[in-house]
Amino acid sequence: MKKTIALLLALCLCLCLFAGCGNNKTESNGSTETSSASGSVYYLNFKPEADQAWQDLAAKYTEETGVPVKVVTAASGTYEDTLAAEMDKSAAPTLFQAGNQGAINSWGDYCLDLTDTAFANELTTDDFNLYGEDGALLSVGYCYECFGIIVNKALLEQAGHSLDEITNFETLKAVADDIHARAGELGFDAFSSAGLESSSSWRFSGHLANMPLFYEFRDNDVTSQPAEIEGKYLDNYKAIWDLYTTDSATTGAALTTATGDASEAEFGQGEAVFYQNGSWEYDSLVNDAEKGFMMNPDDLAMIPIYCGVDGEENAGLCSGTENCWAVNKTASEEDIQATLDFLYWVVTSDEGTTMMAEQFGPCPFKNAKEPENVFFAQANEMIADGKYTVTWAFNFTPAVEDWRAGVVDALTQYTAGTGDWDAVKTAFVDGWATQYAAENAG
Amino acid sequence: MTRKRKNDGAALNSPLIRRPIKHCFALFLLPTFAAFCIGFLYPFAKGIFLSFCKFKLTKDWTWVGFSNYVKAFQDNSFAHAFWYTALFAVVSLLLINILAFAVAYALTRGIRGTNLFRTVFFMPNLIGGIVLGYIWSMIFDGILSRYGTSILLNSTYGFWGLIILMCWQQIGYMMIIYIAGLQAVSEDMLEAAKIDGASGWKSLWHITIPNMMPSFTICTFLTLTNSFKLFDQNLALTNGRPFIQSGGETIKTTEMLALNIVNAFYANNTNRGVGQAKAVIFFILVAAIGLIQLRATRSREVQQ
Repeated sequence: MKKTIALLLALCLCLCLFAGCGNNKTESNGSTETSSASGSVYYLNFKPEADQAWQDLAAKYTEETGVPVKVVTAASGTYEDTLAAEMDKSAAPTLFQAGNQGAINSWGDYCLDLTDTAFANELTTDDFNLYGEDGALLSVGYCYECFGIIVNKALLEQAGHSLDEITNFETLKAVADDIHARAGELGFDAFSSAGLESSSSWRFSGHLANMPLFYEFRDNDVTSQPAEIEGKYLDNYKAIWDLYTTDSATTGAALTTATGDASEAEFGQGEAVFYQNGSWEYDSLVNDAEKGFMMNPDDLAMIPIYCGVDGEENAGLCSGTENCWAVNKTASEEDIQATLDFLYWVVTSDEGTTMMAEQFGPCPFKNAKEPENVFFAQANEMIADGKYTVTWAFNFTPAVEDWRAGVVDALTQYTAGTGDWDAVKTAFVDGWATQYAAENAG
Repeated sequence: MTRKRKNDGAALNSPLIRRPIKHCFALFLLPTFAAFCIGFLYPFAKGIFLSFCKFKLTKDWTWVGFSNYVKAFQDNSFAHAFWYTALFAVVSLLLINILAFAVAYALTRGIRGTNLFRTVFFMPNLIGGIVLGYIWSMIFDGILSRYGTSILLNSTYGFWGLIILMCWQQIGYMMIIYIAGLQAVSEDMLEAAKIDGASGWKSLWHITIPNMMPSFTICTFLTLTNSFKLFDQNLALTNGRPFIQSGGETIKTTEMLALNIVNAFYANNTNRGVGQAKAVIFFILVAAIGLIQLRATRSREVQQ
C-alpha cells in the first residue's frame, strides 16, 4: 500500500517537473488557439540595428489586428547558427532571412514558394529576389542598399580638392596621397582606419572583395555560384587595400585590432575624409546624437570604389541586397497565412512603409516611401547618368563566414607585415574552392 | 538524562523515520534522475545516433552509417587540433600543477597575509572564460602592438598566450585543493621525520607528497580534462588564428579540439554529422585519457 502511494507521489512529482518544462509550450498553444483564425508570426531578424524598429512595428500590428508577432534578433554575425537552432524547435520562425546563394543552398528546402502571394505582387522589380532551381520564388528582396566610399565633402574642400577631380583610381590615389602627406597640417587624414577586427573586417572581406569578384564575374558571364574563381582582379584589390592602409592615420599591425566603431568615429568626427561603408551608415552619421556625429547631410557623398580597372570612370555604386525574406514552408497553414498578411501590411500600410524607408532606405514595393538618405539619391543619379551598377557579386560566396575568416586572416598577416600577398591570393582563390567543396560535400 | 539520550542521533534510527525513507527513496531520487535523463542521457544518446546521420536540423536526418567518422578521421584540421590540444594539455598540466603546488606550499608556511594571498590567487577562477579571453587578448595585444605584432599573427604567441591565460585562471583553484591536501598531512609524521633528522626537501618528497597523492590525482585529472575541453578561452583569445592555407585545406593553427568540433559543425551547411562524429570521438578520447590518468595516479596513493 505504502509502496503504491510512494510510487504515485513520485509519478506526481515527475509530472510536475515535465509540466514545468513544457510550460511554455502549453502557453503558446493556448495563444495560437485564441487567435487560431489568424495564426501567429515569428520573425527571426538579421539586422541588430533595426531590432527596435521591428519590435515597435510588431507591437503596433498586434495592437491593430490582435495577431501576435514575435521578433527575435540574432546577435551580429551569428544569424546562421541562430537560424539553425531556431528552425529545429517546434515553434520555428515563420519568417526568416535567406539573402544569398549560400542561404538558398542550405535553407531552400524550407522556403515557401512566394510566387503570386499578395505581398510579392506588390513588388516593383524582381532584381533582388532569389529563385530556386525550378524557378520558385524562394525569397524576396525587400530593400536594397549601396556601398562605396563615403566622402566628407567639407573636409575635401578644406584640403583644396573637389569631388569632380576623382573619377578613377589614379585620381583617387592622387587626392588621398596629397591629403595624407599634409595630414599634420590639415588636422585630418585621407582614409578612416581600415580595421581588421571582426566588427570592421567584413567591410573588406565582404564589400571590398566584391570589386575583384564583380569584374571577374562580369568578364566570365558568371550568373550562378561558381565552384572556383581565378582572382584575376586581385591586383586591383591589392591596390585599393594598400591605399586604404597607407593613406590613413592607422597602419600596419595596429589595424589587427582596430574596430568598426573606431573607424566610424574617425569619419564622424571629421578626422578622415574617406570612409568605406554603405547607405545604412547614413542614419548614424547624420542623426546619432549619442555618438556625437551630427554631420550635415549636404557634406556627405558616396563615390564608387575605384580600384584601377579599365573603364571604371563609368562605374556606379555597388547596389544590391542581402535583405531577403523567406517564409518557412514547414510552419502551420495559419501561421504561414498570418506571416503573409503581416508582410503585406508591412509593405503597404503607412506605419510599415515609413519604418521601412527609415530603416532600410528604398524598398522595391509599389507603396514604398522615398527615403531621405542622400546616398540613394546619388546611386540613382549615377544610374540615370548611364553608369553601370556594380552588383553584389559576393552574394555567391560559399560558406560566407569561413571564406571571409580566411581572407581576413591572410589580409591581417599581409598588413602587419608578417605575411605576403600570395597568402591573400591563396585564401581568396583556393579558399573559395575549399569552401565550395566543403559546403557541397555530402 | 535518559530523555536527553533518546533525542540524540538515535532518533534517526527510529523506524518512524527510517521506514518512509526506505520506502520512498524513489521519490527523492526521481527529480534528479529525470533531470539527468532529460539533460544528459537523452541528448547524449541522440548525439551518438546523429553522428551516424546526415542532418542539418536534428529533426530531419538520413542514416549514412560510418561515413561521417571516415570524413572526420580524414580531416587534417582535426588531426592538427588533436596534436595541438595534446601539447597544450601536457604543458599546462605540468605548469599549472607545479606552480599551484608551489603556491600552496608557500601559503601553508604561516607567512603574513596568507588569507589575502589565497583569496587573490583564487579570484581569477571566478571570471568566465570568454571574458577572460577578451581581457587577456587586450593585455597581450597592448604589449605586442608596441612591437608591431599581435597575438593573432603568430601561432607561437597564441600558444603561450593560451598557456598563460590558463595558468592564471587555474592555479588558484588547484592551489585550494593542494592547501587542503597539505593541511591533512599529519603533523606527527612530519615531527617524527624532523626528529629523525630529515631535511625540509626530504620530508617534502618522502612524507608530504606521498601523503597527499589524492590531491594530485584530483588536480591532474582536472587540469588534463580542462585542457582537452578548453573552448571559451580559445575562442575569445585567438579563434584559431593565424590560419595556414594549404592543399585545399585551411588549418587554423591555434584551434583546439572543442573549437574544431564547433567549427566543423557550422562549416558544412548540409551535413552537420561530421561535426557530431568528431564530438563522439572527442568524448571517447577525453573519457579514455581521464580514466587512464586516474588509474595511474590512484595506484600511487598511500593509505594513511
